[in-house]
Amino acid sequence: MNAIAAATTTSTGEAVQFWILGTVAVIGALSTVLLKKSVHSALSLAGTMVVLAVFYLANGAYFLGIVQIIVYTGAIMMLFLFVVMLVGVTAADSLKETLKGQRWLAVGCGLGFGVLLIAGIGNASLSTFNGLGAANALHGGNVEGIANLIFTKYVFAFEITGALLITATVGAMVLTHRERTERAKTQREMSEERVRGKHLPPLPAPGVYARHNAVDIAGLLPDGTPSELTVMKTLRDRGQIRDVSQEALADLKALEQRSGERLGREDADAVARGANPASAAENSEAAK
Amino acid sequence: MNPVNYLYLAALLFAIGASGVLIRRNVIVLFMCIELMLNACNLALVTFSRMHGNLDGQIVAFFTMVVAAAEVVVGLAIIVSLFRSRHSASVDDASLMKL
Amino acid sequence: MENLIALLVAAPLLGAAVLLCGGRRLDRAGHWLGTVLAAASFVVGVVLFADMLGKGAEDRALHQHLFSWIPVEGFQADIAFQLDQLSMTFVLLITGVGTLIHIYSIGYMEHDERRRRFFGYLNLFLAAMLILVIADNYLLLYVGWEGVGLASYLLIGFWQHKPSAASAAKKAFLVNRVGDMGLSIAIMLMFTTFGTFAFGPVLESTGETSEGKLTAIGLMLLLAACGKSAQVPLQSWLGDAMEGPTPVSALIHAATMVTAGVYLIVRSGAIFNGAPDAQLVVAIVGAVTLIFGAIVGCAKDDIKKALAGSTMSQIGYMILAAGLGPIGYIFAIMHLVTHGFFKAGLFLGAGSVMHGMNDEVDMRKYGGLRKYMPVTFITFGLGYLAIIGFPGLSGFFSKDKIIEAAFAKGGTEGWILGSVALLGAAITAFYMTRVMLMTFFGEKRWQPDAEGHEPHPHESPKSMTIPMIVLAVGSVFAGGFFAIGDRFVNWLEPVTGYEHGHSPLSVATVTGATVVALVIGVGIAWAMYGRKPVPVLAPRGSLLTRAARRDLLQDDFNHVVLVRGGEHLTRSLVYVDHSLVDGVVNGTAASVGGLSGRLRKLQNGYARSYAVSMFGGAAVVIAATLLMRAV
Repeated sequence: MNAIAAATTTSTGEAVQFWILGTVAVIGALSTVLLKKSVHSALSLAGTMVVLAVFYLANGAYFLGIVQIIVYTGAIMMLFLFVVMLVGVTAADSLKETLKGQRWLAVGCGLGFGVLLIAGIGNASLSTFNGLGAANALHGGNVEGIANLIFTKYVFAFEITGALLITATVGAMVLTHRERTERAKTQREMSEERVRGKHLPPLPAPGVYARHNAVDIAGLLPDGTPSELTVMKTLRDRGQIRDVSQEALADLKALEQRSGERLGREDADAVARGANPASAAENSEAAK
Repeated sequence: MNPVNYLYLAALLFAIGASGVLIRRNVIVLFMCIELMLNACNLALVTFSRMHGNLDGQIVAFFTMVVAAAEVVVGLAIIVSLFRSRHSASVDDASLMKL
Repeated sequence: MENLIALLVAAPLLGAAVLLCGGRRLDRAGHWLGTVLAAASFVVGVVLFADMLGKGAEDRALHQHLFSWIPVEGFQADIAFQLDQLSMTFVLLITGVGTLIHIYSIGYMEHDERRRRFFGYLNLFLAAMLILVIADNYLLLYVGWEGVGLASYLLIGFWQHKPSAASAAKKAFLVNRVGDMGLSIAIMLMFTTFGTFAFGPVLESTGETSEGKLTAIGLMLLLAACGKSAQVPLQSWLGDAMEGPTPVSALIHAATMVTAGVYLIVRSGAIFNGAPDAQLVVAIVGAVTLIFGAIVGCAKDDIKKALAGSTMSQIGYMILAAGLGPIGYIFAIMHLVTHGFFKAGLFLGAGSVMHGMNDEVDMRKYGGLRKYMPVTFITFGLGYLAIIGFPGLSGFFSKDKIIEAAFAKGGTEGWILGSVALLGAAITAFYMTRVMLMTFFGEKRWQPDAEGHEPHPHESPKSMTIPMIVLAVGSVFAGGFFAIGDRFVNWLEPVTGYEHGHSPLSVATVTGATVVALVIGVGIAWAMYGRKPVPVLAPRGSLLTRAARRDLLQDDFNHVVLVRGGEHLTRSLVYVDHSLVDGVVNGTAASVGGLSGRLRKLQNGYARSYAVSMFGGAAVVIAATLLMRAV
C-alpha cells in the first residue's frame, strides 16, 4: 500500500476500484438529490459516504476512513434518519419546483461550478505525488502520525473543537427542550376532558327562534327565554348580548295600545269587530 | 490511473451537492446535501494529503468531520423545533425575511 | 486731519440709529437731533475743505483706512475712505443741501406724526450717500449705493398709507435693482480683470487692459448710472418718486441721489477714457434723456412731475458731459453742483406752494400766486432764471460749458450732440417758463376742494423760507463763482483730468446761440401760457402731448415689453419646468421606483434563492480567478 501511495500513478487494482466505486458514489449523490422520499435520500447518502470511506482508505488515510464509517455513516446518518422519522413525510418532499426559475438557475450554477472546478483542477500542475508512505511510517503508522499532530501541532484547535462539541450538545438540548409547566395529564383525565364540558351536537344558531337574526342577539328557547349558548363566546365574554325577548313583547303591547286608542275613538267599530277582547277590556279601562 | 481523478470526483460530488441544496425544498434533504458537499471537501483534502506526503490534510479533514458533527446536531435540533412551530419541513415556508 | 473723514459718515449714521431705534420718547426732539447731526456733518466737511484748500493741488487727497472688512487671501475688501477734490465737492453739496433740507423739513413735516422717523430716514440717506462718495473702493461704494437705494425706497414710500406712494417706492426700488445689477456685474468684472476693486489700482491699470474688457465694465457702470440717475431706459421711476414728501423730492431726486450716477461715471473716468465706445454710449444716453425728460416736463400739469422731468433732463446734460471725456467731466460736476442749488430751490419752492395750497399739485389750479407768497415767488423765480440759463446766473455758466464741450467733441457726433444740447436748452426754457407762468402769474384759478375748503395761499414759515433763500443765493452766484477764472476747473483737474475742448464754433457763437434758444423757448411759452388764460381743465392736446403726459409711454413700454414678456417667459419656463425638469426628476424617481420594485422581487425571503445568488457569485469569483491566472 505504501508503495502504491507513493507512486504518481496507481495500481490497476486501485484504478478498477476507483472507477467502479466512483460511479457508485456519483449515483448515490445524484440519488440523494433526486429521490423523492427523504428516507431514500438518506440511505443513498449513507452509501456514498461508505464509498468515500473506502477512498480514504485507498488514499492512505486509514484513521479517517474508519472514522468516516463510524461517525458519519453510523452516527450522523442515523441521526438524520431519526429526524426524518420525527418529521415524517411532508409536502416539502415533492420535487415540484415552486420558485420561478429556481431549478434552471440551480442546475446552471451547479454545472457551471462543476465545470469551473474541474477546469481549475485540470489547469493546476498536479503531476507529482509524494505519497503518504514516509509520513505514515514516521511515527509508526497512520493513527500514530495523526495522534502526534493532533496533540502537538493542532492541540489548541483540538481542545477548541471539544468545546464546540459540548456547546453544540447543549445547544441542541436548549433548542429542542420544552419546559413543562403543569402536571402531565393522565389518560383517564384526557378521555374525560374530551367528552365533558363540550356540546357534542352542534350549537344552536343565534337568532333562530327570535325576530332578529343578528349575531349578537340570542336565540329564544321555546319558553321565550334567551339561550346564551347561541351567541359566540367572544360576545358572551364581553357581555355584548342584546336581549330582545322583552322588547318584542313591549312592541306588541304598544302596537295593541295604539290600535286600541284608534278603536276607542271608533268604539262601535271595535265592539262590532270584537277583535281582541283582552285589549278591548284594557282599552275601556284606559278610557275610564 | 492518476490520483488527480479523486479530485475530479470530489469536484463532481461538490457540484451535485450544491445543486441539491438549491433544488430541494425539504430541509432535511437540503441538510444532507450540505453533508455531501462537506464529504466531497474531505475527499479532496485526503487526496491533497497524499499528494504532499504529509498528514496535515487529514487533520483538517478530521476537524471538518468534528465540526460537521456539531453542525448536524445543532442543525437537526433547529429543524425539529422549526417543524414543531411551523408544522412544515419546507425551507420555503420560512420566508419571513421578505418585504 | 484724515481721521475726521469717518466723522462725516458717523454723524448722520448715529442720527439714523438713534432716531430709528429710539422710539416715541424722541418724537419731540428727534427732528432737532437729525438736523444738528446733518449740520455737524456739514461742519466737518467745511473743516476738511478749509484744510484741503491750505494744501497744494497735488496732495489734497486724504485717505483713511478704518478696518479690513473681508480679509481673504486674494480678496481684500477694506472699509477705507478717500477724500479728494471730487469727493469733497460732493460732500459739501450733500451735507450742505442736505442740512438745508433738514431745516426745511422741520417746518414742512410739522404736522406729520411720524416726523422723527422721517428724519431718521433722511439721516440714513445722508450717511449712505456720504459712504458712496467717499468710499475708496467700488465695493464700499456699492454699500453706499445700496444704502441710498434703501433710503430712497423708505422715503418715497414714507406716506405708505397711500397705495400710489407704496407702489412708487416699490417701482423705484425695482428699477434701481436693475441698475444695481449692472454695478455688481461691473465690480465682478473689475475683480476678475484687475484682481482688486480699489479706485487707485483699478483706475491706474486701465492702460494695460484690453479695450473690450473696459467697454464691458463701462457699459455695466453706465447701466448702474442709468438706474440711479433715472436715465433712459431706466428713467421710469423718477416721475412716480414724486409721491414722496417734497423735501425728499428735493433732496433725493434733485440734488443728491440722482447725481450718484454722474459721480460713478466721472469717478471711473479712466475706464471710460480707455473705452471710447462705452463713452459714446454714455453721451448718447445723456442726449436722449435730455430731450426725453424735457418733453415730459413740457406736458405735465403736476408741478412736481414737471420738475421731475426737468431733473431727468438736467441729469441728461450731466451724463452727456460725462460722456464727452476729459473735456466734459469737470463741467458735468459743475452743472451737478449748480443744479443741486437751483433744483433743490425749485423743489422747495414747489413744496412751499403746495404747503400753502392744501397740497394741491395741479398747476392749472394755481395762478397768480406771486402776490400771496412773495418770498417763494422770488426764490423760485431766481431758481427758474438759473435753470433756463439766464445770462449771469448759475445755469448759464454750467450749461453753456456743456454745450460748448458737446460741440467740441468733434465730427458729426459733436454737431449732433451739440445741437441736441442746444435744443434741450430751448425746451428747458419753454417748460420752466410754463411752470412759472402757470403758478405765479395769470388769474387765480384755485377752487374749493372736495370737502369745500377754500385754499388760503400764504407764505410758508421761516424754517422753510430760509433754506429757499440760501439756495436761491447759491443758484444765482455759484455758477459765476465757479466759472470765472476757471476756479472749478483748477480745483477738480488733479482728480478728473482736463482737456480744453476746441469747438468748431467760437465761444461767443455758442453763447449767442444758447441765449437765442432761451429767448425762443421763453417766447413760445409766453405766447401759449402768458398771453391767454390757462384753462383749468387740461385740453386734449396733440398726440405728442398726450404721450408726454404719460411719460412718453415709458410705463406702457415697460409693461408691454418687460411685464408681458416676463409673464410669457415665466409661463414658458413654468411649462419647461413642469414638462422637462419635472419630467426628468419624476422620471428618475419613477424609474428608480420601478427598478426597486423589480429588484425587490429578488428579496423574496426564500433561502434557496439567496443560496443561488451566493453560489452564482462564488462561481463568478472562481471564474475570475481562473481567468486572471490564465492571462
